[in-house]
Amino acid sequence: MISVKEISKVFGKKKVVDAVTVDIQPGKITSFIGPNGAGKSTLLSMVSRLMNADSGEVLLDASDVKTFKSNDFAQRVSILKQSNFMNVRLTIRELVAFGRFPYSKGRLTAEDEAKVDQAIEYMNLVEMQDSFLDELSGGQRQRAFIAMVIAQDTEYVLLDEPLNNLDMKHSVQIMKILRKLVDELGKTVVIVLHDINFASVYSDHIVALKDGRIVKDGPTNEIINTEALREIYDMDIPIQELDNCRICVYFNSK
Amino acid sequence: MRSNKTKLLIMLALVVVATLLYVFQDLNGSYHYALPRRLMKVLAMAITGIAIAYATVTFQTITHNRILTPSIMGIDSMYMLLQTLIIFTLGSAHIAAANSTVNFFISLVGMVGFALILYRFMFRKEGQPIFFLLLVGIIVGTLLGSLTTFLQVLIDPNEFMNVQDKMFASFNNVDVSLVWIALVIVVVTIAYGWTKMSELDVLSLGRDNARNLGVNYDGVVKTMLILSAILIATSTALVGPITFFGLIVANLAYQFFHTYKHSVLVTGAMLFSMIALIGGQWIVERVFTFSTTLSVIINFVGGIYFIYLLLRESRSS
Repeated sequence: MISVKEISKVFGKKKVVDAVTVDIQPGKITSFIGPNGAGKSTLLSMVSRLMNADSGEVLLDASDVKTFKSNDFAQRVSILKQSNFMNVRLTIRELVAFGRFPYSKGRLTAEDEAKVDQAIEYMNLVEMQDSFLDELSGGQRQRAFIAMVIAQDTEYVLLDEPLNNLDMKHSVQIMKILRKLVDELGKTVVIVLHDINFASVYSDHIVALKDGRIVKDGPTNEIINTEALREIYDMDIPIQELDNCRICVYFNSK
Repeated sequence: MRSNKTKLLIMLALVVVATLLYVFQDLNGSYHYALPRRLMKVLAMAITGIAIAYATVTFQTITHNRILTPSIMGIDSMYMLLQTLIIFTLGSAHIAAANSTVNFFISLVGMVGFALILYRFMFRKEGQPIFFLLLVGIIVGTLLGSLTTFLQVLIDPNEFMNVQDKMFASFNNVDVSLVWIALVIVVVTIAYGWTKMSELDVLSLGRDNARNLGVNYDGVVKTMLILSAILIATSTALVGPITFFGLIVANLAYQFFHTYKHSVLVTGAMLFSMIALIGGQWIVERVFTFSTTLSVIINFVGGIYFIYLLLRESRSS
């Protein structure tokens, strides 16, 4: 289990993350939600060691993540950030194969190849696996990067706004795959989301941040209600139940 | 993958052909005079080529660009300033100028130190726009160049001749003792660097992805910057500045091999540089009969190529 204890991060004078304590439930999808600048991405970066915390600690199975060797950590926790600028031209397959780097150091074994095949299949990329990334649409590229993280085969998969710039169809596709990762492969997924309705429909657990602090932390049905959302977003959001999904109708809210 | 191997083998064959041509053509049985001298020159060219190729490709990977090279960033200008300063303050008879080994080590330390300070300021933040970095490089280069010119104007004309000797890379009067020192430095540095080859591949995915895959990004970047500074400084101290050479061979390798694998890219760039240097020197000596120097040709061709790359880059972005 990942436990975050009293973690803080300061940029300049602003406390972006302010003494946050939270436990990530294993085997579930946890969504981080909240307004812009609430510190969601920063929190995720610190959990995944991309960023160092100014104070506090992150524990993975009761030991501080800083004590892990980079390589061992990369076999247990993976993270995908929003922007993935690259200077090299790679095919989808080559990119996904990089996911095996923590295990194989660039020399792929038969087992690595099998994992790469699996990941590509999982993301429905089999036909286009030899196309170059810069020839793909945003949705296909995002799927390729997620396939890399799947090939990395870690217990924890952290994703920073994976639906950014995706249309509805691809967003749904990706959320369904994340759901499958949790339900079929037993992974733990932590995801930063902007669209509250995706969080409501697909996640098991929601952590809501505001101004660097956690304002709500609980199972999805406890968070998706008008009172809790008012605290998070300062908006009155009516909730409609449709096909067992709770949908937040925020478009006309004050 | 197989085709890349074939390409590398063909290039290796070309290197061998160029070397054989250079060493044995018109030897006329001069085994005691010409042969050892030619072999020494070939060795010097191989060392220079390998060092520049390795330094440039790794530098471009860790800085995420394909246009800047350590030479363009001002290391060459620093070399010129150092040489001028030594002669200006100490005189050409001083041991720092007259003894080539002492001069070699002074230049080496000066350039590596300069490079590390420069990198510290410029690459602390990732994702600086390339044109900003290029601009800084040119300004630093111009500043050092102006200082050099200033000192050269004040210098005694006879002393200036000594400086002028150092201004252009030349394989015609390479010091034998330096070749062996340089060989040791280059072999040790590259042997160590080669162990990081696959991590360099991951580095090209960017900082976050590399760290996600368990690569100690900042550590590898720092090591590689130091290695490339040492290599570029060694080759410049050995033969003098060939500013655009690294740029040509690195970009030729990218265009020719279409891969992200550094083991292939670096090897390819090394072979390209050996073909260019040894083959080029053969042309200079046997075709132009020494009426020009190799570095003039390389800088001429390389400069044009550099402008072409800049134009292409500005059109695509």
